[in-house]
Amino acid sequence: MFTTILSMIITLFIALLLAIPMGIYLAKAFDYNITGLDKIYEPIEKCLFKIGGIKKQNQTWKQYAISLVLANSFMIVIVYMIFRLQGILPLNPSNIAGMEPTLAFNTAISFMTNTNLQHYSGESGLSYLSQMIGILFMMFAAPATALAVVIAFIRGLAGKKIGNFFIDFIRAMTRVLLPISFVAGLIFIGLGVPQTLDPSITAQTIEGTEQNIARGPVASFLSIKELGNNGGGYFGVNSAHPFENPNALSNLIQILLMLLLPTAMPFTYGRMVGSAKQGRTLFISMAMILVVFLGITLTSEYQGNPVLHDMGLQQGQGSMEGKEVRFGVGQSVLYAVVTTASETGAVNTMHDTMTPIGGMLVLSNMLLNTVFGGVGAGFINVMMYTMIAVFLSALMVGRTPEFLGKKIEVKEMKLIAVTMLIHPLLILGASAVALILPQGTEAISNPGFHGLTQIVYEYTSSAANNGSGFEGLGDATPFWNVSTAIVMFLGRYFGLVTMMAVAGSLAAKSLVPQTVGTLRTDTALFGTILLGTIFIVGALTFFPILVLGPVAEYLTL
Amino acid sequence: MKDKALITRALLDSIIKLNPLVMVKNPIMFVVEIGFVITLILSFLPQLFGNSGVEPWFNITVSLILLFTVLFANFAEALAEGRGKAQANSLKQTKEEVIANVLKENGKVEKLSSSQLRKGDIVVITQGEMVPGDGEVIEGLASVDESAITGESAPVIKEAGGDFNSVTGGTLVISDEIKVRITRDPGESFLDKMISLVEGAERQKTPNEMALSTVLTSLTLIFMIVVVTLPFFTNYLGFQIDIPILIALLVCLIPTTIGALLSAIGIAGMDRVTQFNVLAMSGKAVEAAGDINTIILDKTGTITFGNRMASEFIPVGEAKSEELSYWAALSSLSDETPEGRSVIKLLKERGTKIDEIMTDGGKIIEFRAETRMSGIDLANGRKVRKGAVDAIKNWVRLQGGHIPTELAEETKAISKKGGTPLAVAVDDKVYGLIYLKDTVKPGMKERFEQLRKMGIKTMMCTGDNPLTAATIAKEAGVDEFIAECKPEDKIDVIKYEQQQGKLVAMTGDGTNDAPALAQADVGLAMNSGTAAAKEAANMVDLDSNPTKIIEVVSIGKQLLMTRGALTTFSIANDIAKYFAIIPAIFMMAIPEMTMLNIMRLDSPLSAILSALIFNAVIIPLLIPLAMKGVTYKPMNSNELLRKNLTIYGLGGIIVPFIGIKMIDMLITFFI
Repeated sequence: MFTTILSMIITLFIALLLAIPMGIYLAKAFDYNITGLDKIYEPIEKCLFKIGGIKKQNQTWKQYAISLVLANSFMIVIVYMIFRLQGILPLNPSNIAGMEPTLAFNTAISFMTNTNLQHYSGESGLSYLSQMIGILFMMFAAPATALAVVIAFIRGLAGKKIGNFFIDFIRAMTRVLLPISFVAGLIFIGLGVPQTLDPSITAQTIEGTEQNIARGPVASFLSIKELGNNGGGYFGVNSAHPFENPNALSNLIQILLMLLLPTAMPFTYGRMVGSAKQGRTLFISMAMILVVFLGITLTSEYQGNPVLHDMGLQQGQGSMEGKEVRFGVGQSVLYAVVTTASETGAVNTMHDTMTPIGGMLVLSNMLLNTVFGGVGAGFINVMMYTMIAVFLSALMVGRTPEFLGKKIEVKEMKLIAVTMLIHPLLILGASAVALILPQGTEAISNPGFHGLTQIVYEYTSSAANNGSGFEGLGDATPFWNVSTAIVMFLGRYFGLVTMMAVAGSLAAKSLVPQTVGTLRTDTALFGTILLGTIFIVGALTFFPILVLGPVAEYLTL
Repeated sequence: MKDKALITRALLDSIIKLNPLVMVKNPIMFVVEIGFVITLILSFLPQLFGNSGVEPWFNITVSLILLFTVLFANFAEALAEGRGKAQANSLKQTKEEVIANVLKENGKVEKLSSSQLRKGDIVVITQGEMVPGDGEVIEGLASVDESAITGESAPVIKEAGGDFNSVTGGTLVISDEIKVRITRDPGESFLDKMISLVEGAERQKTPNEMALSTVLTSLTLIFMIVVVTLPFFTNYLGFQIDIPILIALLVCLIPTTIGALLSAIGIAGMDRVTQFNVLAMSGKAVEAAGDINTIILDKTGTITFGNRMASEFIPVGEAKSEELSYWAALSSLSDETPEGRSVIKLLKERGTKIDEIMTDGGKIIEFRAETRMSGIDLANGRKVRKGAVDAIKNWVRLQGGHIPTELAEETKAISKKGGTPLAVAVDDKVYGLIYLKDTVKPGMKERFEQLRKMGIKTMMCTGDNPLTAATIAKEAGVDEFIAECKPEDKIDVIKYEQQQGKLVAMTGDGTNDAPALAQADVGLAMNSGTAAAKEAANMVDLDSNPTKIIEVVSIGKQLLMTRGALTTFSIANDIAKYFAIIPAIFMMAIPEMTMLNIMRLDSPLSAILSALIFNAVIIPLLIPLAMKGVTYKPMNSNELLRKNLTIYGLGGIIVPFIGIKMIDMLITFFI
């Protein structure tokens, strides 16, 4: 127990040590002024810009937003076609057939929106071509899109020009995602993760039966899966599979990769707006939620299942149902909390079998979608709450609200108000629809309070672009494919576009000088208000459903 | 008695305001009203939406509480409006029809009713007559009683030309006769404008109020999503929640407290400005006042008393210092002007003995604008005079006297230092000068210190030379000053500050201040000033006290703070209400939910009613706060935030827990 906690503290400490330089690196990587990085990357990028016909021109926020939505939609269409036609396309040694339309629709959107909700089973549902062009490409394109948007968003807040989507998109690939995932991929290969294009092999088991062992280019897949907060597993059981997570070290590296970009974001922001303290306040606020949630989840999982306890079963290791024996409760819980906080969705344990309270906290991570959150999108969501907190607290110091020297007025608040609505509307609305339709309720494997949680979890995971599943849900049906695809799409692009509009509107405003009368957003006090706002506005919305789902399950266990 | 009438009127208005067409303007309270209608119907037709597990008495109770919630909100608004209306009524009485003597082009005087007057008409107003409409004095000089508008009983002098030529309709001429050119058509006069402003007829939501409303509406929609989807979840789990209970949950969650008080806070904020005898042309201006970064103040009359306080006696020629003091005292004993009094005060401070008997039987010469002198003709025949140096020189020369050469030098020296010289002469001899020095008004230094704490920069404008300006600036403690400042310079300063994103406030009264007043974000014109200045400004101070700009800033801040504090309080309340209602709703189907009933409320129904009653009762309890505003002491933003957050944020979490528990204990006697 003590060593587990110590290992967690060390893990989080390493994450912190990596976050600061990474944050500074990101700010530099996207700086349009000449930096030292240009020497290394410029030649490749120039080549790419030439091929793509991209000119170094600043866009307005509208052009930027349109570029992002159109580019991503185009990619969705291409990848959809590949999935449908994979049976007749090359690189299909295991002869896998084309995908069913709703499943292809779901999968294409799922990977483009950084969700990676997998209604197919990786190793048997996709050809190598689909894995590499469809899935792997999108695993780079999705975080690159989000990274581009968040940088543009921060530029707007800092009062700079918004930038150019295509340049940012390519820089995200060349300067951030490719180099890091290349190195991480090599490390994973060293740790024993397969990287091959040979077909699956058939092994003779001791009992004499034949077993088909799937393999493939796993290591390259794994590194971007974690770094890009994608989370889609090469294998159906994701990082619980020994090929996808061979040992404790690979588990640690995966956790660090998941946290790397989301935790770096506040520091990038601090750097770009010219005040490290602004970023630090946000980082500490989010880290506090993470640590508290981790603590509660750990306690709950270590206490084990009271039903088993009453039956007289020893649960010295905590609740081990659905967990990998190799990782135990500690590493499973840490992984589960990190993967939901960072909206990655990779799993090394079955979230469905966590204790009710443990399950509630990983669900809450996604409901709040502000505990760091996925690369880019999570930070933008945090900024939305920050602006609401600014609005309320600025009034309390007797001034009309201003943030980073810009007035927040009716126009911005209208945009923020509709952005606030989308998350609860998608989650609660879609869950309600699923519960009155037989197509929805049929999927529930464990009726009652837990079944309710399964459904809410599925849509929350979709809306927050997490992608992990309460795996008990039988979700590979047209109803679930289509409904979650819509939720994922809206959950992703609605907020990105409205918040880009906020940034665009703020960027156009003149700067108000800071005085002692101005509300300060870089203090512990403001951090507290931000946390209060996240909990009161964010958590109270979902209080009834949490009470009916996990809390009721816990109380009636 | 007046209050009683006000409350009766507000009570009546709160019922009239139930009209759905009016209510729909406030989406939050409109939701509550719809809830009231639905529960009312369910009280009589309980089975309308299918089987119902609650008894009719519960539906009736819920609908009554909802009705009162709406009524309380309406009452708050009506009460705030009522205060303005009462003020408007007293103004309307001022605006009675008067007969005007219109001077026609042929020189004849025609009697017309004031409502028939048109722009450009010339009227003659003599002592004892009411000014029939807004206009400018084009001939003559008169003292005018403006108390009907300003409340200030001391009459003011109005004269043709210069900055004191504007007269307002409804004021009374108490001496002399003036010719006035009417500058406003009926219905557009200052008085008309004032009436419609205080009446709130022109009230529009301010930008910040609209932004806040947007957030509140969004929260309302979120909680509607929560409540509307809830039956789907419970249905799946095999139990149903009755519609009145869902409505009760919704009403408790949506921010009704701030929704009910929001418009009252805005109206009351404007009203506080009006109570302060400042007329704000829009709520936007009051809000902007809270955001001011820089205040530009005139030195004379605002920061200092003007050149009026005697500080030194300078004898000239062969006169001795004691002689000068003696005559200065005699000339000032019956002089009630501030200058005169300051002479006596200074002498007394110096311990000079004043020979009061000398003035017995003397003839007092009052100060007149034409002579620019005052004094006394003593019983022994000697004539003592004190006044402007030029005037005294002429007077002495007239009596064949001789002017000492040093007089010119000393006069120059005083002027150079920014002071004003007054000469003292007896018969044909000039005795010397009284040095009237500019004195900083008491308390100004502390006020500037407060402003600094609020993050507001003060800037002093003065026509003085840089040396004098620096001395006064240091003495008063302003942050910056502009010496040898012409009115045109002010507009440049304002533009410069605004370019840096600052909001600027200034006061002014002259016609040449008008462009700067218009340029400033908050321009406060003096009522005594010209029509052009008043037109350009977005606030008019009826007392013509330029220091008031500082209070206006505080009122603006207070308005915003009250809004923020009550919003925070309202939202923080949700935690306790959730813990009262959610376990109550689910307890009926899932008995284990009792665990969440942390307040140990008596029964599910009592819990729901307690939360709902608390939600309603908190509105009238907070009306006084909404009207008065949150107390504001200047301090830096972090301290202020901590203080308000503790009171309204933490308080907002704790108070409803206590309140709901107490209400629950009370109502268990009835159910």
